[in-house]
Amino acid sequence: MPDKVTINCTVNEEQRTLHAYPMERLLDVLREQLRLTGTKEGCGEGECGACSVMIDGQIVNSCLVPVAQVAGASIQTIEGIANDDELHAVQQAFIECGGAQCGICTPGMVLAAMSLLEKNSHPSEAEIRNGLAGNLCRCTGYMKIFESVVRACRK
Amino acid sequence: MRAYVPSYKLISPASLREALNVLAKEDGVWKPFAGGTDLMVLLEAGKLPHKNYLNIWNLPELCGIEVTGSQITLGALTTYTEIQDHETLRAEFPMLGQAASETGGLAIQNRGTLGGNIVNASPAADSPPALLAYDAELELVSAKGSRTVPYHSFHTGYKQMDIRPDELLRAIRLPRFTNGAGEGLTHYYRKVGTRKAQAISKVCFAGAARMNADQIADVRIALGSVAPIPIRCVQTESALRGRMINAETLAAAKSALTTEIAPIDDLRSTRDYRLRVSLNLLEDFVLRLIKAR
Repeated sequence: MPDKVTINCTVNEEQRTLHAYPMERLLDVLREQLRLTGTKEGCGEGECGACSVMIDGQIVNSCLVPVAQVAGASIQTIEGIANDDELHAVQQAFIECGGAQCGICTPGMVLAAMSLLEKNSHPSEAEIRNGLAGNLCRCTGYMKIFESVVRACRK
Repeated sequence: MRAYVPSYKLISPASLREALNVLAKEDGVWKPFAGGTDLMVLLEAGKLPHKNYLNIWNLPELCGIEVTGSQITLGALTTYTEIQDHETLRAEFPMLGQAASETGGLAIQNRGTLGGNIVNASPAADSPPALLAYDAELELVSAKGSRTVPYHSFHTGYKQMDIRPDELLRAIRLPRFTNGAGEGLTHYYRKVGTRKAQAISKVCFAGAARMNADQIADVRIALGSVAPIPIRCVQTESALRGRMINAETLAAAKSALTTEIAPIDDLRSTRDYRLRVSLNLLEDFVLRLIKAR
């Protein structure tokens, strides 16, 4: 039986040392070891995007990343998006447009929207839909989420 | 049921040489683990019987896209995002970028690799038909040296491949269209799934062809999800090559394609639907060539 390994990485700009089995999902380590429970588990197979986090600036499904692969990486979770009490423009737009209902998809949606806007600050509606295609929502019917992204662009 | 995670090993060699030495020393004990977008799904479902993995993610020797006058070499760890972002690939091998853009969502595309898509050997994978149509070659490496395998002969049966347990897929090479051979080439890639995003293919079609006056001068056709392996459809190509586009040619090509593919009923689709769609895509591709004259 393999032993736990030590993994050094940065989480939300803080240096962290993790002790985990190498194949543990980043999702579980974030939630259970670091208590960063903003990252949600939906499907556990890379279909729904609820577990989205950023690794070295790229959005990934944390349920599909074994923790051994984040050694030396910089991870950003939903907890690291707001600047103290000041929400990120995307978060603020989700509140204003009712882009969040039950909240399970919201952290992933916000990260996917941020990731999209970093690459493309004024996406078309088709580009917004494509940018969020990897994130499923069972409450909103998506329109309010798309509106939130449009509003965030205007900020 | 979910796998018992502590029973899995995932070791991280520092270099390709070290990785190859591990593979050579303990034959068949270690399997490569790249972006994890397929293997982690199996792990979560408790369907990952092999326990020892070699973490090759980030091995620099397997990364990067290199362009020379005659070919483009993609490191096996090239992600779907990197494929879409590469200007020369977009211009000369557009079907590969399209396949990459239709594989999973952005989070998968940031992590999934072209090499992983090949050696995972799913008949429903989206990039293999494009690679087959572009005459890709694979570079395999082991501690003993390297060898090149034409991609069309790499898959030998369902999940069977011409690769030894001590070998790693290092790179995928695409021969560039030189002396104007790429000019006037029609590239036609269509993935048919249940929905646009995320879905796994029911049928995947990649076709490239060039017209010379009224005749089809050059044609390559490959399909996914319609046989135990992704297949290059050489008989269908023969039925088209050198022919005028008319009802007779189309009928001959459809007849060839019907015998060449072997679709099945499974959880994603049926044999009949897949056959019908494959023939429709062939027709759509051929009719598009008329406009391209």
